[in-house]
Amino acid sequence: MNVPLTKYALSLQPRATPSTRMSLLSPLLALTLTVCGGVILFLMLGKNPLQGLAVFFWEPLRDLRAWSELGLKIAPLLMIAVGLALCFRANVFNIGAEGQLVVGAICAGAMALQFDQRGLTGAGYIALSVGAGALGGMAWAAITAALRDYFNANEILVSLMLVYIAQLLLAWLVHGALRDPQGYNFPQSKMLSDGLLLPLLISGTRLHIGLLLAVLAAIGAWLFLVKSYAGFRLGVGGLAPLAARYAGYSSRASLWGAMLACGALAGIAGACEVMGPVGQLTSSLSPGYGFAAIIVAYVGRLHPIGVIFSSFIMALFYLGGELSQSRLGMPNAITGVFQGMLLFSLLACDVLIRYRLVWQPKQSKGMQHG
Amino acid sequence: MSAPARLQLRGITKRYPSVVANDGINLEVAAGQIHAVLGENGAGKSTLMKIIYGAQQADEGEIIWNGQTVQIANPAHARQLGIAMVFQHFSLFDTLSVAENIALGLPSDTDLQDLRARISATAAQYGLELEPERHVHTLSVGQCQQVEIVRALLARPQLLILDEPTSVLTPQAVERLFVTLRKLASEGCSILYISHKLDEIRALCDVCSVVRAGKNTGVCDPRLETAASLSRMMIGSEPPALQPRTPLQGPIALEVRHLTLEKSHPFGMRLQDICLQVRAGEILGIAGVSGNGQQELLAALAGEDRRVPQQAIQLFAEAVGKLGPVQKRARGLGYVPEERLGRGAVPEMNLAENTLLSLQTPALLRYGFIRHSALAQLAQQIIERFKVKAPGPQALARSLSGGNLQKFIVGREVMRAPKVLLVAQPTWGVDVGAAAQIRAELLALRAAGCALLIISEELDELFELSDRLQVLAKGQLSPSIATSEASVELIGRWMSGLWQDSATPTPTPTPTDEAQA
Repeated sequence: MNVPLTKYALSLQPRATPSTRMSLLSPLLALTLTVCGGVILFLMLGKNPLQGLAVFFWEPLRDLRAWSELGLKIAPLLMIAVGLALCFRANVFNIGAEGQLVVGAICAGAMALQFDQRGLTGAGYIALSVGAGALGGMAWAAITAALRDYFNANEILVSLMLVYIAQLLLAWLVHGALRDPQGYNFPQSKMLSDGLLLPLLISGTRLHIGLLLAVLAAIGAWLFLVKSYAGFRLGVGGLAPLAARYAGYSSRASLWGAMLACGALAGIAGACEVMGPVGQLTSSLSPGYGFAAIIVAYVGRLHPIGVIFSSFIMALFYLGGELSQSRLGMPNAITGVFQGMLLFSLLACDVLIRYRLVWQPKQSKGMQHG
Repeated sequence: MSAPARLQLRGITKRYPSVVANDGINLEVAAGQIHAVLGENGAGKSTLMKIIYGAQQADEGEIIWNGQTVQIANPAHARQLGIAMVFQHFSLFDTLSVAENIALGLPSDTDLQDLRARISATAAQYGLELEPERHVHTLSVGQCQQVEIVRALLARPQLLILDEPTSVLTPQAVERLFVTLRKLASEGCSILYISHKLDEIRALCDVCSVVRAGKNTGVCDPRLETAASLSRMMIGSEPPALQPRTPLQGPIALEVRHLTLEKSHPFGMRLQDICLQVRAGEILGIAGVSGNGQQELLAALAGEDRRVPQQAIQLFAEAVGKLGPVQKRARGLGYVPEERLGRGAVPEMNLAENTLLSLQTPALLRYGFIRHSALAQLAQQIIERFKVKAPGPQALARSLSGGNLQKFIVGREVMRAPKVLLVAQPTWGVDVGAAAQIRAELLALRAAGCALLIISEELDELFELSDRLQVLAKGQLSPSIATSEASVELIGRWMSGLWQDSATPTPTPTPTDEAQA
């Protein structure tokens, strides 16, 4: 016998207009899903999920020292994510901020080491070294911009491949020209003397003025995008290239402007690592800040103020990942797993910006046989 | 009730998130009948046809095919039933031959040799000239449509749906199409003919169903109606008459001198020795089927194509060929492009921001910063003065209907008080009321001494607006003729590139440069 049953099913229906509310809720929803995923992960590994979550979301916020370590992670993430937000808004898919960071670090480090050798220390020389980092990052970004501009090369591939070249360049230098002669052949440079390290924001911690620079960069980028005509032109070029042509805005100017700005910011982020917590050039300078910042930029909705919040989340993942190695005996890949879960949840949740979920009776397709 | 109707629709309703496209539509098509579906752009004609063809599913209502209620699940099912459709936009691959294109839609074991013979035979039977071996990129738009029609006919359909088939054809090609369709109908094939062109429907169709805002508003015999009475059924009122006007002749505002431009991409069109002049207070209409160099000419005139020789374009006797859009705007040029969303306006930006695309004044920008309040005020002025139906300056461009967005864009350009205005397809896809308003605005600009160059596919519109006409065909521009001396037949012939044979003297020198590898 066939019992007639009305079957209900979830279906996606297109919205008349994309939902602004959903566009803001989606990152929160994605974060919730990531936390749920984390709980499941901890359970499967036989860890106490509450303890696991505490390591990620409580320990890094426990006291001033913990907060300062958090700020230390936020600084490079935020700095780079601001630059990437500019790039992605201009439809320039710069995936290689990590390489720009590394080259910025090399230039800043090499210059600071030169000053150090000559005994030149102080604010002026620190500023010069950071400037060298910015120029280094710009130069590295300019390679991508030039290849795209003159040869129409795909900037995603070019910038990504340049990351590996930059990393090998750094490894070559710290194994050779910039290696510390008294360093027992470790692939690292001499430590910078205190007079060439960035000033601290809070004494007694490692938190340096890089965080301040990053917040200033975010505010500056916000003013640029929302208030300035140049920022408007950049946005038009990204949203509707034909409209930019119609208006007479140069797509080359957008490409170069966005790439160079992002390169400079990534380069400064690299300089701040060398002249901040690390204090020397080593072959493993960055734990993938340049790549994590891509997720930060999207979770922050490519908005310079939004990325302040998302860089906070991402910094939590970094610290939580480090702590869960020592506290829970988890592998070092845990940070990457959380980052990945966040990005995938976000991409999934973003479907709801253009579609709504509807619970409706299933339409029977054709004849049903008993 | 002897023979059941070929197709019967009962209460077809289709809802989209923001609009009801079809609201209880009834329709009946007899065998061998040529049945027109008349309605404005956006009235719901295309949605209805997609439902019949199975490309969309109706939310409510019944489709009865040869007396049987059917659920048409998809286009393949429709074809199986004997329903064929020729879409407004062709789906042909440029790099394949005619036969290969048609083979793509057939089972993979189709013998190409046999198919070529069938194509030639079917084409010959209906008076079409089609070479199965030709590559599609060498065909004219009219020939591409013939490929689509032959593709549809190979399945021996009982019902053929044609969606706005004449929008891309010259008047002569329209006549040839009608001969084919009449022959087809005489053999018992029913035809659903979708159009908003009243004359064509009166010339071709036996029955006409009128659709307005998703609803049936009447069925009539179009041969017994006048254009005015059909129009009344279609839009609910008669189109407003245009004001008569007196000729104005000012100095030469825009001049193009022997402009030759190579293709910028493989499927582009080479512009060859283009010469034209537009005087202040004059409207020059450029007729022609799209794809004959319209985009290329506009890109050159507006400054988007930077390869133009400096002397080739003159604005008020100043050589400006090499200048970009911003510099040309500063010299009084305005431009209303064909694509509204994505070119004339950024869909994701609001109207205030979109104002800034072409209109930048010291009041709107200070020290490189945007004055948002002044911008919103200006956008509000445009909305009010040009009767744009929009909630306000903060409404996103893409939330507006085509006609309202076009009113906004035209309004923005009018606000700039241009001395020369380029307009492409001013009323394409725009409802009748908005179209009349836009035309009136263009005529008001002319009266104010602006020089206008209008590129359009709609001959009626060009005859209505222009003082002089020129035709763009295969990248070449015909001589100019006063609208009062031109006829639809003559312009139609010119649209095929045949002005050298016509008796009219050519004031512009004929091209001499042939060699170009």
